[in-house]
Amino acid sequence: MNTRQMRYGPLPVERVDVAVIGGGVVGAAVARALSGHDLTVALVEARCDVGDGTSKANTAILHTGFDAKPGTLESRLVRRGCELLGDYAATTGIPVERTGAVLVAWTDEELAALPGLAAKAVKNGYDRCEIIGAEEVYQQVPALAPGALGGLTVPDESIICPWTTTLAFATEALSRGAYLLFNTRVEGVEPPSGTAGDAADTVLRTSRGTLRAGWVVNAAGLGSDVIDGLFGHTRFTVTPRRGELFVFDKLARPMVNKIVLPVPSSRGKGVLVSPTIYGNVMLGPTAEDRDDRTDTSTSEHGFAFLLEKGRKLMPALLDEEVTSSYAGLRAATEHGDYQVFLDAGQRYLVLGGIRSTGLTSAMAVAEHALGLLGEAGLRLDAKATLPDPPRMPNIGEAFPRPYQRADLIAEDPAYGTAVCFCERVTEGEIRDALASPIPPADIDGLRRRTRALMGRCQGFFCGVEVEGRLCAGVARANREHGEHGDTEKTGEAQ
Amino acid sequence: MSGTNGVAPDVTTESPDVAVVGAGPSGLTAARELAASGLDVLVLDREWEAGGIPRHSDHTGYGLRDLHRVMNGPAYARLLAERAVEAGARVRTSAMVTGWAGERSLDVTTPEGRIRVDARAVVLATGARERPRTARLVPGDRPPGVMNTGQLQNLVHLHHREVGTRAVIVGAELVSWSAALTLREAGCRTVLMTTEHPHAESYAAFSVPGRAVLRVPVATRTRVTRIIGHHAVEAVEVEDLATGARRTVPCDTVIFTGDWIPDHELARAAGLDLDPGSKGPLVDNALRTSRPGVFAVGNLVHPVDTADIAALDGHHVARHVRDYLTGVLPQGPGIPLRAEAPFTWVSPGLVRPGAGTPPRERILLWSAEQRLVARIEVTQDGRRIARRTLPWPVSPGRVFRVPSSLLSGADPHGGPITISLA
Repeated sequence: MNTRQMRYGPLPVERVDVAVIGGGVVGAAVARALSGHDLTVALVEARCDVGDGTSKANTAILHTGFDAKPGTLESRLVRRGCELLGDYAATTGIPVERTGAVLVAWTDEELAALPGLAAKAVKNGYDRCEIIGAEEVYQQVPALAPGALGGLTVPDESIICPWTTTLAFATEALSRGAYLLFNTRVEGVEPPSGTAGDAADTVLRTSRGTLRAGWVVNAAGLGSDVIDGLFGHTRFTVTPRRGELFVFDKLARPMVNKIVLPVPSSRGKGVLVSPTIYGNVMLGPTAEDRDDRTDTSTSEHGFAFLLEKGRKLMPALLDEEVTSSYAGLRAATEHGDYQVFLDAGQRYLVLGGIRSTGLTSAMAVAEHALGLLGEAGLRLDAKATLPDPPRMPNIGEAFPRPYQRADLIAEDPAYGTAVCFCERVTEGEIRDALASPIPPADIDGLRRRTRALMGRCQGFFCGVEVEGRLCAGVARANREHGEHGDTEKTGEAQ
Repeated sequence: MSGTNGVAPDVTTESPDVAVVGAGPSGLTAARELAASGLDVLVLDREWEAGGIPRHSDHTGYGLRDLHRVMNGPAYARLLAERAVEAGARVRTSAMVTGWAGERSLDVTTPEGRIRVDARAVVLATGARERPRTARLVPGDRPPGVMNTGQLQNLVHLHHREVGTRAVIVGAELVSWSAALTLREAGCRTVLMTTEHPHAESYAAFSVPGRAVLRVPVATRTRVTRIIGHHAVEAVEVEDLATGARRTVPCDTVIFTGDWIPDHELARAAGLDLDPGSKGPLVDNALRTSRPGVFAVGNLVHPVDTADIAALDGHHVARHVRDYLTGVLPQGPGIPLRAEAPFTWVSPGLVRPGAGTPPRERILLWSAEQRLVARIEVTQDGRRIARRTLPWPVSPGRVFRVPSSLLSGADPHGGPITISLA
């Protein structure tokens, strides 16, 4: 399939063996895993890109799972996913920084909770936590506000690029032959009737036409309960939980070399201060249950809450400029664990209620999903040969970026020509992103692939230049692929 | 800073007498003067073309005080660049300084490769930018169509692209009217200008005819509290600061103007002393920073004054850079210069007796409030050393200039000097 067929026109395929609904980190991981087998696979996504929902706006932490609820599926999959993703990141170049975390106790009650948390970590299979005194807390995070009483270290908590992670999974799925179907919203489902025999397919009515699938995996995140309902189930309800975050200027980064976590309470994991993989500092998230599954606006009360928290945690941070703020919606449910159910009769699997830990657990969720599908009768014959995993562009700060690499610039001057100055993104990187297997569809997509425009000037200097390059790149791709698909007009009319 | 880490071995080195970072009015003027006196001067600018902000400010008024003529921004930018090159300065564009490799040594990325510039003196002339919506903590949706004046003018003047049809301008200072003019040129009507101040802060000479000609309604004592619109801007929510009442103003474009912050990344990365008010590097009357041989000029130290004033900083600093290169070093720690509210910063922030007058014999100040009568008082160690009523008002959104002769009564061995409004 070409890049135009991914996004526009009638669907390039009528039937697949497995349709995965939802192109977030979990869906992309499942599509990648499935496409390693002799199966036709489609990743069906309502938006114009992978990772454009919850997967793009989260705290971007690669969790050890130390604080999960022991014995849950989430605990097991986070632990396993952390290992899998750590290895996969090393292979594909997904930016990861092994910063470690320190959980800080501010009250006697929180201090008293630390031994329990250390014991819980062990139950979750993680035994490297250590309780430290206040003095050592300040050694680790000198900019912390006064008043910390002690802490618990989690040396293996890390930060990771969530955008590259999802993109890597989808890129590999594509290279293994999976169909990526964007702008494809599932609007209706006709499950196999059961009377039509084993060969009956599920019919998915989508905004781009009908797709028949032998099996369906629901990884629709915020919409997973709705899709589950279309299959006739009422097992859980997703309540979008809004999390607002501030991203502070890179000049703040030397203040925060570790993830600073609060002691979790009944009200959730609380507000953390964390370095980001792009060299900034993040403060957040808030936690607010909402009704609207699309409303990712930020709010006055959210900002006020974050500023108050920031002042209490690290007052010096507030002297720095806020580079950006955003809000993400977590797919919270009324249940305490992931909502994974297989319906062998319907040849349908739901992967619901996967909250903020989904980034870490995605590969393990995929592994688990394939196990369940295999047991239920899906034939999983590994492909004889597979293409090499993709090598993703480095947009993190842990390793040299193109502008720093004399070797790359000598080969290609485009890597020495800065376009976005604040984030030091070069002409070569923007060109590469536009020519990549899954090119960006909009400015946000280009930002997630290159970091262009996410810096402190927010476009004051380079905004017009970057947008111009995106428009030219998208127009070029559409011209080149125009003859393969129908016109764009047809795609939009449907 | 991530950019300051080790440089690969195959990096070329340049060793000019002076490296100037930033090819805007102040940097180019400094480069011209220094090159004219026979020094090897290398100007580095990350843009593909020299000239700085005036390149996309397509209105007249440039060059008045430095070149004694009036021209439009792009012509002014070109002329300054030509004059620097004619004088013998090497102006290198698409050259992004990414960090420091030593006291006066810079790491630079260019299409020709990574370069290390080992200079004997460095002049920082990196300018200022407007705070974007995000830094002003305006919540709401995050659609495209929200930008600063810099991006707007770039869009319209350099790239000749379209904007929307109904704009709200945040701010009512000089630059805000410049944004209104640009919007009109692009066929976009300004439906509202909002300012938290009780008056539009721009010069009456501009804002009165500006209001008449552009027919822009100005809402004083208001602020934008929310941006509304998922995929495109649909409206902004505006709060009346006096009553707390809020209303929704439909629009498709929002321009955040003014609220300047210096582009101080290199100054911060060097660990230079900063002025807590302007957030630019702290300089003395010779425009010297806290690191010997490193100077700072233009809107990096006074965000922001007009381009010609910035250019004259370049003129001023040249003599002091030459002095430094011949071994003249600052004497003593200098006397801190402070400003009391409503002033938010004063430049220079340090006075060194014996270093001569500051640029144009003026002290520059920025005010958060309007005062129609400017009665200035200068004190040191509890003693009033000067008091004068100046014939021009104090206005937010533009620099207030005070003759440096008001400091002449200061005790060179005394404590900090304070400037306030009586």
